[in-house]
Amino acid sequence: MAKTLLDKVWEAHTVSELPSGQTQLFIGLHLVHEVTSPQAFQMLGELKLPVLFPDRTVATVDHIIPTHTQTRPFDDEQAETMMREIERNCRSFGIRLYDRASGHQGIVHVIGPEMGLTQPGLTIACGDSHTSTHGAFGSIAFGVGTSQVRDVLASQCLAIKKPRLRRIEVNGTLPAGVYAKDVILHIIRTLGVKGGVGYAYEYAGTVLDRMTMEERMTVCNMSIEGGARCGYVNPDQTTFDYLRGRELAPQGPAFEPAVGWWRSMASEPGAAYDEVTRLDGSGLSPVVTWGINPGQAIGVTERIPDAAAFAADERDVAVDAYEYMGWKPGAPIAGTKVDVAFIGSCTNGRLSDLREAARVARLGTVKPSVKAIVVPGSQAVARQAEAEGLDEVFRTAGFEWRLPGCSMCLAMNPDKLVGRQVCASSSNRNFKGRQGSPSGRTLLMSPAMVAAAALEGAVSDVRVLLGGSA
Amino acid sequence: MGGLVKVQTVTGRPIPLRGNDIDTDRIIPARYLKAVTFDGLGHAAFFDERFDAEGHSKGHILDEPRFQAKGTRVAIVNKNFGCGSSREHAPQALLRWGIKALIGESFADIFFGNCVALGMPCVTASEAEVAALMAAVEEDPAHDLTVDLDARTATYRGRTYAVDLPPGVRNQFLQGTWDGTRVLLEAGDRIHQTAQRLPYIRGFGK
Repeated sequence: MAKTLLDKVWEAHTVSELPSGQTQLFIGLHLVHEVTSPQAFQMLGELKLPVLFPDRTVATVDHIIPTHTQTRPFDDEQAETMMREIERNCRSFGIRLYDRASGHQGIVHVIGPEMGLTQPGLTIACGDSHTSTHGAFGSIAFGVGTSQVRDVLASQCLAIKKPRLRRIEVNGTLPAGVYAKDVILHIIRTLGVKGGVGYAYEYAGTVLDRMTMEERMTVCNMSIEGGARCGYVNPDQTTFDYLRGRELAPQGPAFEPAVGWWRSMASEPGAAYDEVTRLDGSGLSPVVTWGINPGQAIGVTERIPDAAAFAADERDVAVDAYEYMGWKPGAPIAGTKVDVAFIGSCTNGRLSDLREAARVARLGTVKPSVKAIVVPGSQAVARQAEAEGLDEVFRTAGFEWRLPGCSMCLAMNPDKLVGRQVCASSSNRNFKGRQGSPSGRTLLMSPAMVAAAALEGAVSDVRVLLGGSA
Repeated sequence: MGGLVKVQTVTGRPIPLRGNDIDTDRIIPARYLKAVTFDGLGHAAFFDERFDAEGHSKGHILDEPRFQAKGTRVAIVNKNFGCGSSREHAPQALLRWGIKALIGESFADIFFGNCVALGMPCVTASEAEVAALMAAVEEDPAHDLTVDLDARTATYRGRTYAVDLPPGVRNQFLQGTWDGTRVLLEAGDRIHQTAQRLPYIRGFGK
């Protein structure tokens, strides 16, 4: 019988079937960061257990790290304590730590792929829900909690139930000014934030086939926002070309056999899916969220929907969103004034994102009323962007060019909204209070749309700015 | 690792937490994640929903006088509770506030798994049953609610509500095998055997 990639990766990594009905699944790569690991290391110490596969475990620092200074100790004592904790834990448990001194530091979901650690056919775990990003390579990648981080440190395994599988095909050709971010926001808008609960998403179709790896990462990154346990794209020539020559990918004579195995892990024609959803990419327009979850999204030329437009179980959340955001159904989203523009995050902090945003930034200057920051996803992204002069493009236009980290996506560092500020953000969550102010407001959109909002001081259709038509 | 801790019933005062798609950023804002332990998180549960910028109570249900019972608590929630961030700080905060079990229409996957790892059952009930139970509790919250995982029931003031959870997870609680590390390490050499079968570990081309 024809198998899916999920079937094959699952079989290859199954250690045993547990009495609980879960699978004991071997984890090929464990990514660790400073926020969800200290308690796990502490529990490991209390149990007097070592890290079972330290060479399959890699750590970095991203969530709490300031983006305005390299100076240690950090001004924030709690952040400094967390930094020292991960340094100490990595030393005592024998784990590689990519800190700023390494030149490889960055958001955990940016550095894994760019170093070649993330490869097709792997199982990956990390104490972060956006671990689904790595599925872009045809890996099965799970975000987990701290107790499960402990489990993986101790046993290199997870106890987990195999999810059901939904194939999502996006066919057609994306219009100019419409990006991977718009595709995934459209998918979540269509299937809902609960639509993926209990599922893995397999993304396919001609739109995905033509996407670069960075674009596929943006799509897979937000699988969790649709409720899915993970999301992936089958590996193809685009995947193999991306990995060739990466520092930690198979080298020299090992590369072709690796490609052979990677290719063999892809879903086969005729494989069975629990659900199939087909969407048209040709008719998409730039998408902007208007509410308090990523499913509350509309095209930039649309109006905020009326409560009556929602299913019964989404209506109360819509009403809650009108109140929190402070606007009324029927109002257009375009023209909404923004106070802050944030370009960065594991969703959209890669080189191609910065290039697209810079293309827009070249067209004008940031409105004086807007605070605009660009936070590259990693030190490697920053180096490449600087080599291309993108940092100067942004600075000239009035954006601040920062050091790599998660920054204002979740505001665990000093980058926070203040009061009821509205932020045009290339990140992944518009939850209440997400960007550091309990009453702050987030509008999710593509990096190019964020740049457009920064120049105009309001939500604007980037297609118009780029000389096309809405 | 201590002895097996079986969870068959959880009994305590109920507290309804109404709303669909309540995300873990709301359950615990990110600034409370800046710590190297889970200690003291109970006070931070739903902090920004409970207090304004000056620290004054907004009258959230967690702070309503009639919901201030001591001891074990059982939360009743709606759909997709715990969506968003994987932060285990969310169930840890609820646990430290006193919530030892949840009854809801549905739960987000990662949140559900985190709760299992802490020995906190999340059981599901139909929309109608959850609505009826919430109404009964809001009418009079001053009684104990019992969730019985063996019988798959919740009982409040003499009325029994049907609840469910996946059979395997139910067995984990009933047998006390919800401690992941212990169960996983029992596989011993099979973990290494599985690893050695994988070409990316054995070495490609070998």
